[in-house]
Amino acid sequence: MYSDKVIDHFTNPRNVGEIENADGVGEKVSSSCGDRMKVFLKVENDIIEDVKFQTYGCGAAIASSSMMSELVIGKTLQQALDLTNDQVADALGGLPAPKLHCSNLAADALHEAIKNYQETNA
Amino acid sequence: MKRIYMDNNATTAVRPEVMEAMLPFYKEHFGNPSSVHWAGRETGAALEAAREKVAKLINCAPAEVVFTSCGSEGDNLAIKGVADAYRDRGNHIITTAVEHPAVLNSCKYLEKHGFEVTYLPVDGHGMLDVSSLEAAITDKTILISVMWANNETGTLFPIEKIGAVARKHKICFHTDAVQAIGRVPVDVDAAQVDLLAISGHKIGAPKGVGALYVRKGVRLTPLVHGGHQERNRRAGTHNLPGIVGLGVACELADADLRNTAQRLSAMRDRLEQGLLAAIPESQVNGHPTMRLPNTLNISFNYIEGEAVLLFLDMQGIAASSGSACMSDLEGQSHVIDAMGVDPMMANSAIRFGLGYDNTEADVDQVLEILPNIVKKLRDMSPFYHERDAAKATANS
Repeated sequence: MYSDKVIDHFTNPRNVGEIENADGVGEKVSSSCGDRMKVFLKVENDIIEDVKFQTYGCGAAIASSSMMSELVIGKTLQQALDLTNDQVADALGGLPAPKLHCSNLAADALHEAIKNYQETNA
Repeated sequence: MKRIYMDNNATTAVRPEVMEAMLPFYKEHFGNPSSVHWAGRETGAALEAAREKVAKLINCAPAEVVFTSCGSEGDNLAIKGVADAYRDRGNHIITTAVEHPAVLNSCKYLEKHGFEVTYLPVDGHGMLDVSSLEAAITDKTILISVMWANNETGTLFPIEKIGAVARKHKICFHTDAVQAIGRVPVDVDAAQVDLLAISGHKIGAPKGVGALYVRKGVRLTPLVHGGHQERNRRAGTHNLPGIVGLGVACELADADLRNTAQRLSAMRDRLEQGLLAAIPESQVNGHPTMRLPNTLNISFNYIEGEAVLLFLDMQGIAASSGSACMSDLEGQSHVIDAMGVDPMMANSAIRFGLGYDNTEADVDQVLEILPNIVKKLRDMSPFYHERDAAKATANS
């Protein structure tokens, strides 16, 4: 059902946790299944220095969170804002159709965290 | 890695004695039991021997057993068959909100064709109130369909009391006994059941065979029209190897019932108590005592069931997050939902269905592995990290 990459990220999720005094915090809840993703950012000179996440959800949701975090660490805020949910799913080698909505949280939660950072630093 | 199978409510392995009994009927004894020649006669005798074994397990006459392809077919035949045959008497059916989809979707189909269906609620243990069932009866009620045991929680309904109510009001009573057969005593006479569905693959027979008990005198319109098989109640050439296997599985279930139930319930209880002790903020879904001996449905707050199942699977343990038929669909179980379980608890529900082959060592292994899985997932969960704040808010 899941690709090896999904299983790898689900089994050994990268960047799980919380950043104390994070520069930006965002979250997203899936209206269809109740999965929830919370993203914490550390930003330095417009670059995402660190990302941590907490996720309540299925294997696909956890793997998507992990992959999202790997994709944006070291990237500029604009590059992170350009990340799409489809790109997260593609980077995982695809997800089963009934599980695509789970990956739809990852980039959205990240974007919420960036928005929060931008609002507090405006 | 030792593989452990604890999903016997979804399906069971074919028992060796069943397999051995079936094999000759694929090659040596292949005649059509409806044929008059020697090849048909010898398989016809095997067919009737199997019918007697099924009948003995549920205490009915062999002529009251109709062979089907599965439990779902039995449920469909009972519900649609009675609805059509008794349409002249009324159009009202009573069932419950926690039935298997084979029953619920048969009822929904009939609703589109002019029937009215009452879906009775259950309490927090998944238990049905018989007085509310009796209150739902109208002069148009022609069928009551209530499962013997719930497939997700194992909760056992008070079938004998429901049977008495149905008999009192002269209404046909169908029960989906797919999960109950071979796990608890099933006596159609004592329970005053009129129709009862059985599935072979839940009791060590192969997939693709089942049976429907139809009390003598109950009218039934067939679903499958064709030849005269099964006294015109179900056409189609018999799945003879499967039927022979079902007969042997029923015979074994009859002989083993008490011992197997005691052994499984002892293991199930140890698993349940061990998990509840090791994992705070967990709960059992289902009735504490009126429950199948093999079934444990348990929730662990703040995490999601599919993630638990994946981790269990990676360590060789097969369990389920509810009805196997529902596992590809989004949303929580209709059974747990009907019980009014908190949504987050409901989302984490895991079902263990112990079976004939499980051992104490299997229970030990789950008890060793599962608490660590829950801890790992809770460490990732935002709800778990926020629970203290949530509790404080709730208490303020």
